[in-house]
Amino acid sequence: MATTALPVSTPPLAEPPPPEKTGFPYGRTLAWIFMVLVILASLFPFYWMLRTALSSNNALYAGSDSLLPVQPSWGGFERVFGLQSGQEAIDAGGAGQPINFWHYLANSVIVSTLITAGQVFFSAMAAYAFARLQWRHREKVFLFFLAGLMIPAIFTLLPNFVLIKELGLVDTLLGISLPTMLMTPFAVFFLRQFFLGISREVEEAAHVDGASKVRVFFRLIIPMSTAPLATLGILTYITSWNDYFWPLMVSYTDRSRVLTVALGVFKSQTPQTGPDWSGLMAATLVAALPMLLLFLFFAKRIVNSIGFSGIK
Amino acid sequence: MAVVSVPKKKRKDDTRLAILFIAPALAGFLVFMIWPTLRGIYLSFTSFNLLTPPEFNGLDNYIRMVQDPVFWNSMVVTVYYVIINIALQTAFALAIAVMMQRLTKRTWLRGVVLTPYLVSNVVAALIFLWILDYQLGLGNRVLELIGMDRIAFLADSAWVIPTIAVINVWRHVGYTALLIFAGLQTIPETMYEAGRMDGASELTMFRRITLPLLRPILALVLIITVVGSFQVFDTVAVTTRGGPVDSSRVLQYYIYDMAFGRFQFGYASAMSVALLLVLIVITFLQYRLTRAEQSDLA
Repeated sequence: MATTALPVSTPPLAEPPPPEKTGFPYGRTLAWIFMVLVILASLFPFYWMLRTALSSNNALYAGSDSLLPVQPSWGGFERVFGLQSGQEAIDAGGAGQPINFWHYLANSVIVSTLITAGQVFFSAMAAYAFARLQWRHREKVFLFFLAGLMIPAIFTLLPNFVLIKELGLVDTLLGISLPTMLMTPFAVFFLRQFFLGISREVEEAAHVDGASKVRVFFRLIIPMSTAPLATLGILTYITSWNDYFWPLMVSYTDRSRVLTVALGVFKSQTPQTGPDWSGLMAATLVAALPMLLLFLFFAKRIVNSIGFSGIK
Repeated sequence: MAVVSVPKKKRKDDTRLAILFIAPALAGFLVFMIWPTLRGIYLSFTSFNLLTPPEFNGLDNYIRMVQDPVFWNSMVVTVYYVIINIALQTAFALAIAVMMQRLTKRTWLRGVVLTPYLVSNVVAALIFLWILDYQLGLGNRVLELIGMDRIAFLADSAWVIPTIAVINVWRHVGYTALLIFAGLQTIPETMYEAGRMDGASELTMFRRITLPLLRPILALVLIITVVGSFQVFDTVAVTTRGGPVDSSRVLQYYIYDMAFGRFQFGYASAMSVALLLVLIVITFLQYRLTRAEQSDLA
């Protein structure tokens, strides 16, 4: 390693050769050290969650320095999936009440699937009408939709709860899904931008062949747009899976409880003194894992979808 | 225009079909966005407990709000949270984005940075509740090992808001960094080449090229993140429930508590309107102050 220290920010004077080739790249090294710290900070908490979930809860105190699971056991997961008897769970520091995360997992899957399928499909139809169909007041109605982007989601939650209650949908999965199942202004906007970019010639050729606009939409536009539809679908799925506030309002019992809400309940049930950390971390892992797996498969698509492509 | 007549002549006007295509989305928009917005404003002028019909009571809720010390405390706590959260998040996100731009544009690195964003606020809150636990948490173990006192991060009124702010920075900083990173891609590489020819250091180029050209994007990012930050709820609900005493009772949590803990939907709606107004004013001010609509690149 080079030992001669040069301040990083010294502006090279006119004489010296290109800076990339002189000596040890201090700036780059510092930058990489920073990035490595960022990577560690991003990923280490996940490891710690896994390490704790696989430890025996009663051994956590003695082994608080251990970087590996302490007295490895599946106990935490067994409590999460209701596989331990009440007494066993209490002995391990758990709540002793039977819980079954499979049920919440299923609820989360149903809610997220309903929202994603509905929102993407109905938004695509609306986006097509805004992008390609000819009708009066089209631009005005579209602007009206765009104004919806300005309404903070949080403002509509309370009145929406009142509405869901009036509809008799409190504590149902449909009640949780309905408000975002039909559209979001962002989804309509995002897809309209894409549809606008599709060449008209292909469509016109289909029309000349006698295909109706409905047929063109289902047989031509949708197959041509699988990439943006998939991107939107994945983002919507993640958002609805991770939502907490709205399901917290709507669901009261196990019937409609989704994972995020169940996690909150599980946390509040765990004893205040000597909480069941390994059980809690196992539950947290169960709630997080599906999205992390989804990310593993679609990382490139998700990462590249973040930007201002739609908003600007 | 003279069009060669095609056997099946197409109508130029698709109104009927358009209505059909737009109906579900329009219904969702009107029923679950426009109607609740209007209704929320209406409810703020009523006394409403969910069981009996709302009763109009004029400005009562607003008068009560102005005189409610807990409301003002919540407002202060929320603003305090937003300042810490946004300052840290923007600084780190900008640093991460610039480093990624200059070091490597590989997708894997962006993926790693984005990973915390993939889990819910609840998950993030619980992981850090554990890491920062007073007795067993790794964070306090580390503090002890380096010879410092343990800190009750989420149970000490002085620490609770900074701690919650940092937890949410952890979850959102990657996303913000990627937004800024996307903005950086709009800066032509030739600018940096020209800078290097003139012998400018990375730091000078950051100050003279990156920052000025990034300003419109940065302004947009700030507007989005500040509005999001004001709506903090999940982390508080899971970790502290507003405590100790009221030191982490952010506005959104107070509103939730008022509605679902005490069934005072009218008053809760009035506070929602207040939050909405704050967000509108702040967005407007930011827009004007940062001149978000103008680009220096043109």
